[in-house]
Amino acid sequence: MREILYRDAICEALDEEMERDDRVLLLGEDVAFIGGNFKTSVGLYDKYGDLRVKDTPISEAGFVGMGTGMALTGLRPVIELMFSDFMLVAADQIINNAAKITYMSGGQVTVPMVIRTPIGAGRSSAAQHSQSMQAFAAHFPGMKVVVPSNAQEAKGLLKTAIRDDNPVLFFEHKMEYSNKYMIDDVVLPIPFGKANIVRQGTDVTIVATSSQVMKSVKAAELLEKDGISAEVIDLRTIVPMDRETIIQSVKKTGRLLVVDEAYERCGIGAEIGADVMDDVFYYLEAPIARIGTPNVSLPFSPALEFPLIPTVEKTVEKVRKMMK
Amino acid sequence: METKYSKKHLLSLYEIMYKMRRFEEEVFEFYKKGMMPGLAHLYLGEEAVATGVCAALKEDDYIGSTHRGHGHLVARGADLGKMMAEILGKATGYSKGKGGSMHIMAMDKGILGANGIVGGEIPIATGAAYSAKYRMTDQIAVSFFGDSATNEGTFHESINMAAAWNLPIIYVIENNLYGISVDIRDVTNTANLADRALGYGIPGVVVDGMDVLAVQKAAEEAAERARSGNGPTLIECKTYRWQGHHVGDPAVYRERKDSNEKASWMERCPVACFRDQILSMKITEKEVAKIEDAVEAEVQAAVKFAEESPYPDPAEAYTDLFSDL
Repeated sequence: MREILYRDAICEALDEEMERDDRVLLLGEDVAFIGGNFKTSVGLYDKYGDLRVKDTPISEAGFVGMGTGMALTGLRPVIELMFSDFMLVAADQIINNAAKITYMSGGQVTVPMVIRTPIGAGRSSAAQHSQSMQAFAAHFPGMKVVVPSNAQEAKGLLKTAIRDDNPVLFFEHKMEYSNKYMIDDVVLPIPFGKANIVRQGTDVTIVATSSQVMKSVKAAELLEKDGISAEVIDLRTIVPMDRETIIQSVKKTGRLLVVDEAYERCGIGAEIGADVMDDVFYYLEAPIARIGTPNVSLPFSPALEFPLIPTVEKTVEKVRKMMK
Repeated sequence: METKYSKKHLLSLYEIMYKMRRFEEEVFEFYKKGMMPGLAHLYLGEEAVATGVCAALKEDDYIGSTHRGHGHLVARGADLGKMMAEILGKATGYSKGKGGSMHIMAMDKGILGANGIVGGEIPIATGAAYSAKYRMTDQIAVSFFGDSATNEGTFHESINMAAAWNLPIIYVIENNLYGISVDIRDVTNTANLADRALGYGIPGVVVDGMDVLAVQKAAEEAAERARSGNGPTLIECKTYRWQGHHVGDPAVYRERKDSNEKASWMERCPVACFRDQILSMKITEKEVAKIEDAVEAEVQAAVKFAEESPYPDPAEAYTDLFSDL
């Protein structure tokens, strides 16, 4: 084991995959010379050169679309969008093109492309730089959607994403980049569609994504002091989703809370909640609960922003209410 | 008339243009009979463009195509039966009936997909050019699109990057004057759309899109430039679509400025004019007729194949979403 920053774990995954496979290349705004806006590709430009680690102009639709063209012709591009909010500038190329071409071609081609992009609020970045776009991405068919939690998960899941033959939306949490984690000396690829039970419990199932996984574990530790045993599941991938692990857990605990930082409306919580209602309604001992970002645009002032973000305290409070 | 091209080459150009024409006349028939689902955006009248451009390419070059893409596929030698089957939504089509007329993909012919989004394929073709450069192959890409796509952001973003990075690509504007009903001259303030190349520091070439040899010549120069590492060229082919935006569009907007507009363009039919042209160049009527008969047989076989093919099983709707699921 060794200690590493989340951002460096991302960089290691990129480096190791580029070293392993010369079809892998990295494109995006500021990814080359300065090593990325969040410093997730430091050193790669020097190591792999200008054609393989490419600073693009600020042309999101253009360079995402180019990624699809590269993927169709034998390369495995990793595209960085500086903020997940900018997905919308490139939405046609992501949703109408990259995600649909395999299907529209009747399976003639695949699009092995990864789009890496940060999500999350908490930096006073206001309404256009703070959103969590994972639920939006998951709505459309044809893309895999990955929400890694800690550094080990980010590294292992990114390696899988790069090796996957399909378009993968890979959402890094911007508040995690500077956090330190202990990871294995060698991190193996983590398969998609297999949720991780990070903490066993018997009273309530907390399904969490991204940085909410670590917050949920902290919440579970606090709840234990009250005698409440919470099981925490790191969802890892929203598409494909490991419904089976969630269902089995809810059968055991009888309670479900979903914590995902994206807007709560039409979000992951509603999706998983409806699934659980379908399959194991009669096992439920309390109404299904969810925590997300309320349906307002994210404000600038910390005084306004902070209360909207899902926190350890909100999770503890919600579970206590569910146990009554 | 003198030409550097061989008799064989001239006959092959005619064969391709005639094939596009006859193929789409059959598509038109299917549409009128109610046998074709969806929309048919026909290439009728624009045959010289795809034929001339593709004549300058090698087998493994890439093509980005559009919602009006039948001509591009025929020019690349795509299978007419699989094309027609796709247009009818049959299981034997190029995309197993999942793409239809607007999305026919023939990767084996370097077709990166016909695209239903105006301007949608331009960055994709540009990425293929980057890929060719990265892999150090001798391949180039061609991006076909209409006049209206030149007002999409993807056009400007793609050309800017291709120019900055000397990518091996040719951008071909098929200027047929209209974006659905809107006259390009009413929404754009440049005499020629190719003038936009100036802003990106690349050559912009205007060519008569009704003259297949003129198009081929321009494409050959652009291909040479691309292959030798000197970057992209923007070629504007002045052409005209005979039908409306799609079959069923009466195209009443055409008569607003010039009641003779359609007739005057149709007089310059690229297929008929080229036929006359080659007959004046020691090619005999018999040789041309032989090609026409062979094309007719191929088109009829495609029609028969498509008609007799089964529709896909409804369960097929759930396959091909991901490569591994």
